[in-house]
Amino acid sequence: MTHPESTQPTSRLDPERVPRRDFLGLAALWSSLAAGFVALLGILRLPKAAVLPAPSRKFRVEVPESLAPGVPFEPAGRNVTLFRDQQGSVYAISKVCTHLGCIVRTDPAGFHCPCHGSNFDSLGEVLKGPAPAPLAWFAVQRASDGTWIVNEGQTVPQGTKEG
Amino acid sequence: MATAECRPALARFWANLKAVPALFRASAFRAGSPVSDRSRSSFVFGNVFLHLHSVRVHRWTLRWATTWGLGLITLAAFLIALLTGILLMFYYKPYPAVAYDSIKDIHFVVPTGRFIRNIHRWSANLMVVAVILHMARVFYTASYRRPREFNWVVGMVLLVLTLGLSFTGYLLPWDQLAYWAITIGANIAQSPREVTDALGLTAWFDLGGLQKLLLLGSDEVGEEALIRFYLLHVMILPIALLMLLAVHFWRIRKDGGLARPEDADGRLPAPARRLFPVFTQLPQKTYHLAALVRGRTPAMGPPENTLPSLPHLFYAEAGVLMLSVFICLLLALLSDAPLKELANPAVPENPAKAPWYFLGLQELVSHSAFMGGVGIPALVMIGLGLIPFLDREERGTGDWFGGPGGASLVVRATAFGLGACILLEAFTIRFGWLRQWWPEVPQLAITVANPGTLLALAYAWYSLWVMRRFDSTRAGALALFTCFLCGFVVLTVIGYHFRGPNWDFYWSPSQWPGH
Repeated sequence: MTHPESTQPTSRLDPERVPRRDFLGLAALWSSLAAGFVALLGILRLPKAAVLPAPSRKFRVEVPESLAPGVPFEPAGRNVTLFRDQQGSVYAISKVCTHLGCIVRTDPAGFHCPCHGSNFDSLGEVLKGPAPAPLAWFAVQRASDGTWIVNEGQTVPQGTKEG
Repeated sequence: MATAECRPALARFWANLKAVPALFRASAFRAGSPVSDRSRSSFVFGNVFLHLHSVRVHRWTLRWATTWGLGLITLAAFLIALLTGILLMFYYKPYPAVAYDSIKDIHFVVPTGRFIRNIHRWSANLMVVAVILHMARVFYTASYRRPREFNWVVGMVLLVLTLGLSFTGYLLPWDQLAYWAITIGANIAQSPREVTDALGLTAWFDLGGLQKLLLLGSDEVGEEALIRFYLLHVMILPIALLMLLAVHFWRIRKDGGLARPEDADGRLPAPARRLFPVFTQLPQKTYHLAALVRGRTPAMGPPENTLPSLPHLFYAEAGVLMLSVFICLLLALLSDAPLKELANPAVPENPAKAPWYFLGLQELVSHSAFMGGVGIPALVMIGLGLIPFLDREERGTGDWFGGPGGASLVVRATAFGLGACILLEAFTIRFGWLRQWWPEVPQLAITVANPGTLLALAYAWYSLWVMRRFDSTRAGALALFTCFLCGFVVLTVIGYHFRGPNWDFYWSPSQWPGH
């Protein structure tokens, strides 16, 4: 069987079904584009830091024995509020708003965010505003010398108390 | 000639030396003085800075009411900010320990430093205002239509870059505004977690965390974050903006200059008698050009209603540039750029307010971080970007409020846009939202249904309704864009004036409780 195309002499200007020159050219073009894309990913690897410089997330604090239940105690320089409950157990609640990271204000009734108006109760539950989640609770541990070690790197379920 | 050649070399040297100024001028401006129509044209297209313009410009383009010079004001404000920004870089040090002090030095010690910083700040503000008004002008004169759809999209990217430059700019002084704006901005970048958390995907696909890490270079706001925002502000964003500006201007030329009504020639009054002669004679056909350029070349069409760019267009442009400089200088003399207290990572300001152009966004994120900061802005950008591809009509191009419905539709859309936004906000301020009614409501429900998303839905519904009623996509677009502007204004005013400590509602800042 003779193919209609094979009966006529083809020239370079006639359209081929699979133009070989175009195939090679397109393959080269797409490979260089792919190479460029991979190179872009490699370039973006640099600004994605591997080591995050940050101070230690653990700190040691003395919580006064006389601290009344439910009264906030705020260690200087840390965005954490410490409380004692009726039994004298200690718990730590983060002051970083779960909405957009502002530092909430503490009073005995709860926490208030100045940036977008989120309100939390004294256990960190959301009462009002845009915060999507309750305030985080951090792990606390009693050291042998009677001070308390708060670990801001370790969140614990709400209601976890120590001592 | 022969005699000159015969003269001794020293005499020729002396004669050439005396002629240097004239020879230099002739070499720099090879077309000679722009005295005739033809030499003016050569002057324009022979000059690298001027040849961005066409040699002749339609008289419709030169009417003030065509553009009000808004695009040019934006460009002028950018150039002023570029120049003053380079000057500020002499003294600014992008490091947390010294950044604040270097700004204080610029304000109090550096000669003219305070003035230059004020100009920088005001030119940035002018740029934001002008670029929004420029966008509104292009929209309301239906100038985004074919073949200018692509330039509309480029313009929207330029708007985003302008806002990005403003945002990264006010972070650099490392005062309270800067620190908390970086914190909030980085957490908005992280806010896709609001969705991935709700869907339980964060462990596998943490887009929000990646964005925050790339922005801050750390998990806390500190020196890494400041140097990154500095790099964005002085290098990455300006280069991106300049490249896209080149595309924007290039496309104005290639898309046939500014849009004008089809019957513009008939509507223009006769040119003033002392005006330079208008092209009325059909010039000889340029067959060489016709072979190279597709379509009708200017030389092949009917007589045109054009004027030489030099002087008509350039004088108008120089006027707008001078006006922009005047506005910036005047505001810089009258009002100082703000500088708050040194950044304090333990205590945010109360209220912590962004500059005015972001207060609408701040009001939206006070309903939902993800929707207000990422979702709705992305929806708005997609909606506005689609307009030129959906509106394929031709009626009203080049006319203010052109198209079905016209100015009366814009008035009604304004009423709807203002009313819907004010009602929703008033309802939320008075009665609260889902979380206050049912504290157990899942976060995803608030992300999907909050005042911001409902407002966007109301606007979309209204513009679809208008589209059906007028049987015209242009009418729908007029309604949508007008609503967008109204929402922007209302939210900005609420954020600026009616929000006080703890982002609570107050009728006036004078009622804020004292601290």
